[in-house]
Amino acid sequence: MNFARSLLAATLGTALFAMTPMPAAALTGDTIVLGAAVSLTGKYSTNGKNTKDGYDLAVKVINDKGGIKLGNKQYKLKVVYYDDESTSARGAQLVERLIAQDHVDFVLGPYSSALTKAIAPITEKYKMPMVEGNGADRGLFKHGYKYMFAVLNTSDYYLREAVNILAEQAKKAGRDPKSVKIAIAIENDDFSQDVRDGIVEDAKKYGMQVVIDDKLPAELNDMTATLTKVKALKPDALMISGHEKGAVLGIRQVAEQKVYVPMLALTHCDSAQITEKFGADADYAFCGSQWDVSMTYTDPWFGNSKNYADMFKKAYNYDPPYQAAESTASVEVFADALRRAGSVDKEKVRDALAKTDLMTFYGPVKFDQTGKNIAKSMVMYQVQHEHYVVVAPSKWAEGKPIYPAPTWDKREASEKVSQK
Amino acid sequence: MSNLGVLIDAPILLLQLVVSGILVGAIFALVAYGMALVWGVMNIINIAQGELVMLGGYIVFYLDAAGVHPLFGIPIAAAAMFAFGLALYRVVIRRLVDRDMFVSILATFGISILLQQLANQVFGADIRTLSSGLPNLSFDNGLISIAGVKIVGFAAALVVGGALFLFLRHTRIGQAIRATAQNARAARVLGIDTHRMYAATFALNCAICGAAGGLVAMTWFVQPYLGLTYTLRSFMIVVAAGIGNLPGVILAGSGFGVLEETAGFVLGSQYQTAFIFLLLILLLIGRNLLLARQRRYLK
Amino acid sequence: MNSLPRRRGVALLAAIGVAGVAAPWVAPEIVTQLAFLWLMILFAVTWDINGGQMGYNSFGNVFFFGLGVYICALVQRDSGLGYYQALFIGTALGALGAALAALLLGPALLGIRGHYFSIATLGLSIVAADVASAWEYIGAASGMTVPVFPGAIGDRSRFFYFLLFALTAMTFLAVRALYATRLGLAINAIRDNEDKAEAMGVHTTRTKVCAWCASAFFLGAAGGPVGNLVGFIDPRDLAFAGATFGVWMVLMAVLGGKGTLWGPVIGAVIFHVTQELFWTYLLGWQRVAMGLLIVVIVVFFPNGILGWLAHARHRATRVASKQAQGV
Repeated sequence: MNFARSLLAATLGTALFAMTPMPAAALTGDTIVLGAAVSLTGKYSTNGKNTKDGYDLAVKVINDKGGIKLGNKQYKLKVVYYDDESTSARGAQLVERLIAQDHVDFVLGPYSSALTKAIAPITEKYKMPMVEGNGADRGLFKHGYKYMFAVLNTSDYYLREAVNILAEQAKKAGRDPKSVKIAIAIENDDFSQDVRDGIVEDAKKYGMQVVIDDKLPAELNDMTATLTKVKALKPDALMISGHEKGAVLGIRQVAEQKVYVPMLALTHCDSAQITEKFGADADYAFCGSQWDVSMTYTDPWFGNSKNYADMFKKAYNYDPPYQAAESTASVEVFADALRRAGSVDKEKVRDALAKTDLMTFYGPVKFDQTGKNIAKSMVMYQVQHEHYVVVAPSKWAEGKPIYPAPTWDKREASEKVSQK
Repeated sequence: MSNLGVLIDAPILLLQLVVSGILVGAIFALVAYGMALVWGVMNIINIAQGELVMLGGYIVFYLDAAGVHPLFGIPIAAAAMFAFGLALYRVVIRRLVDRDMFVSILATFGISILLQQLANQVFGADIRTLSSGLPNLSFDNGLISIAGVKIVGFAAALVVGGALFLFLRHTRIGQAIRATAQNARAARVLGIDTHRMYAATFALNCAICGAAGGLVAMTWFVQPYLGLTYTLRSFMIVVAAGIGNLPGVILAGSGFGVLEETAGFVLGSQYQTAFIFLLLILLLIGRNLLLARQRRYLK
Repeated sequence: MNSLPRRRGVALLAAIGVAGVAAPWVAPEIVTQLAFLWLMILFAVTWDINGGQMGYNSFGNVFFFGLGVYICALVQRDSGLGYYQALFIGTALGALGAALAALLLGPALLGIRGHYFSIATLGLSIVAADVASAWEYIGAASGMTVPVFPGAIGDRSRFFYFLLFALTAMTFLAVRALYATRLGLAINAIRDNEDKAEAMGVHTTRTKVCAWCASAFFLGAAGGPVGNLVGFIDPRDLAFAGATFGVWMVLMAVLGGKGTLWGPVIGAVIFHVTQELFWTYLLGWQRVAMGLLIVVIVVFFPNGILGWLAHARHRATRVASKQAQGV
């Protein structure tokens, strides 16, 4: 037992030593250090990578263009990353480590609402300004956080526009919006629940009925049960939210089982690459998105969205989904606030952030007292002939929505025609 | 309109659920075969079963991307996974064979994490799908639809099950495997190289999983984390069917499939998995009560 | 069960106690990680009661932990009490609630033997995660947020560090005492041969349920503090984290040497430290390394570190005695 005792002592000693990595001195020389715990492994790793790439591109471009001028000196930006493994417990620990051990200057948000919810109390406690672009849960803004700023729209807005389109189209066809029936199928997670709540609220506003309200299990594999219900109840719209899995399964199985709904609305279409994967089967789907490459907002670092997309593709070899764009925008917001604050003092920067009124390629950014971005609106596009066409908001619309979608017989017939 | 009411009003929908359940369950049954084989012969519960399926799926996906049609990719994946199984056996599994089953559960759990995370790092977490190009059948004006690929999966399950049955019954190696399962020591005395039999069994399991993985990729999608579902479902099927009862596996698989689809429809899909597990727990408790009665008689 | 001679054992405990109390001031930057270290020790020790000591390898003990997490969060949300009162009452109710669950589920589930029991308990944690993700009252998939800690910054981590340290210490001491009683012997008898034990008059069902309730009690107590330390309760990733906490419990106890008093402690420490090292130095590949490590441990150290040490010492003594005999 003597040996075991020494082993225990040695291990505890090593533990203390090993768990104290050399604290990265902040503001070393001319660098402003941003800390981020992102999901490099685990269920959010795809979007976590998008987030990291978005941050990295922003830092690169800003640094290449001279960095940030504070007083008389030019400062470069740098991001320190940890992997939160897509779990909130880990994320919370890591952010605390970034702040207390690594002494980062500021914090960038993680991917997903769940993780943002886990770390917001910590950044708030340490009075550490955080700008995030990937935590869209409404609940985040009910706590009165003063140090959290979100550039994206809250998740309940993803598919509200789809409901509005339904109401418009019903009126156009001479139908009472109250007669519209909506089917909802969501993956049982935080984000999707918010999306659903948004749909339900707007549906209630118009008096529409929600005839199916399914929560699919997390290892969502097959939607047949839900789709069978849809076939039975014939709703006017089927709205699915389940991250990329939901989009992929939705398009695939709706086409396979020839489920007819006048409107199929989804989230995460672009990151799921539905047009690449399913071609014409993806046509007529409506997609809610925080951003689209056809937006003509511009900013001095990236130009317009198309420029951004080109730069991103060149650097990372894939088209940027909105998760990357909003991450890039988060860094831009910091750069702008730092410049206006003229220092890295956390309070000054926080106050500068609160007064942000900035145009970025991603959209306009202006925060209300809860930290929400009230200047930007959610984008809704529709897949038409395997291309994404923005149909809402009307100011930026490139085309008109096609509603109702043609039935499967007509789609097959027109496919045969186009193949001849 | 309650979900149950919908079913009662339109019983044809129940047919869709049943058909879908049987077809879906068959693919799980395929994976369960392999698990039953390894469990019955080597007394090892392979927690990494689902990850083997996942690897098979990726092989077929990448072959498809390289131009090989998935229906040809599946046998190639099976062969590749067979080789992988032999390698895995030599390196790790062979050390688990004579040990407590708990050890094999933990060790294969470690392997499953390893494979899962390697896949995540190497392949990325994106969801991959591929199209089988098979037509989809549709009846009754679209009320019943059956994906062609699901029928292929069902047929594959039957074919593999039948082939396995014949293999074990009528070939020398098959008989040698069964002998090893019944009494390893006696088999060794009779000159059977039990380690080779174990290796063959495990490799066969991997091949089956590889083929199933290809079917999964064609029917749904493949991503690094899909393993656990298959491991758990195949375990449930094996327990329900009874170890060693290979024909029972496909019945149990389809049965579970139907129950799950119906429960998903009536109770709401969020309770689908919970329902199935509850069923499993009840099954185990019930089985235990029967055994307890036997034990009491023995006393 | 406790092979340390009494005096040495007490000295070791005292040393650890002092180190534990001093740690937040010696290493203030890693207080949260140390708090989690205590949690891991608690996990491993409680698992071993029904696992290593009794032979019922549960993969679902995290169910009791999750119950504790939610019960405490609900008390904090709905009782209207002040922060500290709600926290303490929530923790106590969490412990009792979890023990009650073990009492109710025990007779049915503990009747199942061997690996079927393992899978049944795994199923328990999965069902719990699914139900929790769908139940609106407790936030469903959106989880629950706990009230903000009222103290100053830095105080929060320290406070929960001490709370978890105290809980783990109590758990360890209670378990140590348990193993010295007749109940402890009965638990071991069940592991060695349940039917014989039953035949010799041990009330096996009662004993098994008792052991499980003991595990559940301490796991449930840990739930509240951890939920508050993390701040946000995710049904799948924190409360009923079967694939992480649920399995780690088992691994840590096995790594250190199941069926011993100190084995789980050693296993937990080594496991947690290794994890932190991997996380820091192998970014992206840490889980791959973890999987590899698990396989190596299970295959080459099936009796855990203590078992391996005992074996090595046994061999050394035999060699020494052979040399003494001039062989």
